[in-house]
Amino acid sequence: MEIPYTVEVRRDTGLTNGKIGIWLFLASEVMLFGALFASYILIRTGAPTWPRGDSILNVPLATFNTIVLITSSVTMVMAWASLMRNRFSTFRLYMGATILLGGVFLVVKYFEYSHKFHDHLFPSTNNFLAIYFTLTGLHMLHVMGGMAVNAYFLGPGSKLWKTNPEWFTNRVEHSGLFWHFVDLVWIFLFPTLYLL
Amino acid sequence: MQASTTTDHAADIDKHVRVYITVFVALMVLTIVTVAISRYHLPVPLAVSVALLVATIKGSLVACYFMHLISEKKLIYAVLALTAFFFAVLLALPVLTHSDGFYIHQ
Repeated sequence: MEIPYTVEVRRDTGLTNGKIGIWLFLASEVMLFGALFASYILIRTGAPTWPRGDSILNVPLATFNTIVLITSSVTMVMAWASLMRNRFSTFRLYMGATILLGGVFLVVKYFEYSHKFHDHLFPSTNNFLAIYFTLTGLHMLHVMGGMAVNAYFLGPGSKLWKTNPEWFTNRVEHSGLFWHFVDLVWIFLFPTLYLL
Repeated sequence: MQASTTTDHAADIDKHVRVYITVFVALMVLTIVTVAISRYHLPVPLAVSVALLVATIKGSLVACYFMHLISEKKLIYAVLALTAFFFAVLLALPVLTHSDGFYIHQ
């Protein structure tokens, strides 16, 4: 049995089911990160002193990572635009670049974490580091998840392009929405943790 | 007719791509602005306000153009309005607990 409304839009919503599904999922993700941001506010406003992020964390590395993630958002949307233009080989290039940039982000994060551990700075050291590791760790898991889905669409999942290009384009658009959300979360994490 | 529609569609996507590049440049500039402002060591309330304002502008650009929210269907807006409401409540909770009327610590 075929999955309904993967390509054709529902008459009542004007949307495909996949589009509604991914936005509902992103809504739940907003609440997940929202709970952690609320915890951050609660801990910070309740603390007698709070360190400036740049006195502990590496701002140049985080700025570089911000640029990397924003660039990956552009390559992601360009991958989708390539499919809309029927240019599959260009899609592969942009999707490959998106995954590569995600990898660069994780490598930089690995060096940041390693440096902290080397200096004996752990989540248990203080509240600032606890919330820093929790928020950035959860965000990193999302980067990994997004990379896995994108890698699937670059690899085995791309077979769908030959049989149902519209459905494949929709699926790439939905994985792109998740990837942009990951970028959006980082846009708020960066100043909150590193600069304030 | 079909050829004309295809040409229109391609032109439409080309227009989108130009917008993506413009948004990308704007995001880069705003990232530099965020870091530059933080070097002035403004008082905390002002620093938080400015940083969140710039982050909100950047986030809106990503949501509106990369996530195509600027031309989305009503149902998606309804879902996001509901999310925004509960998100605001979630962030207001710690603020309320620290205000005079709701202070919970003894």
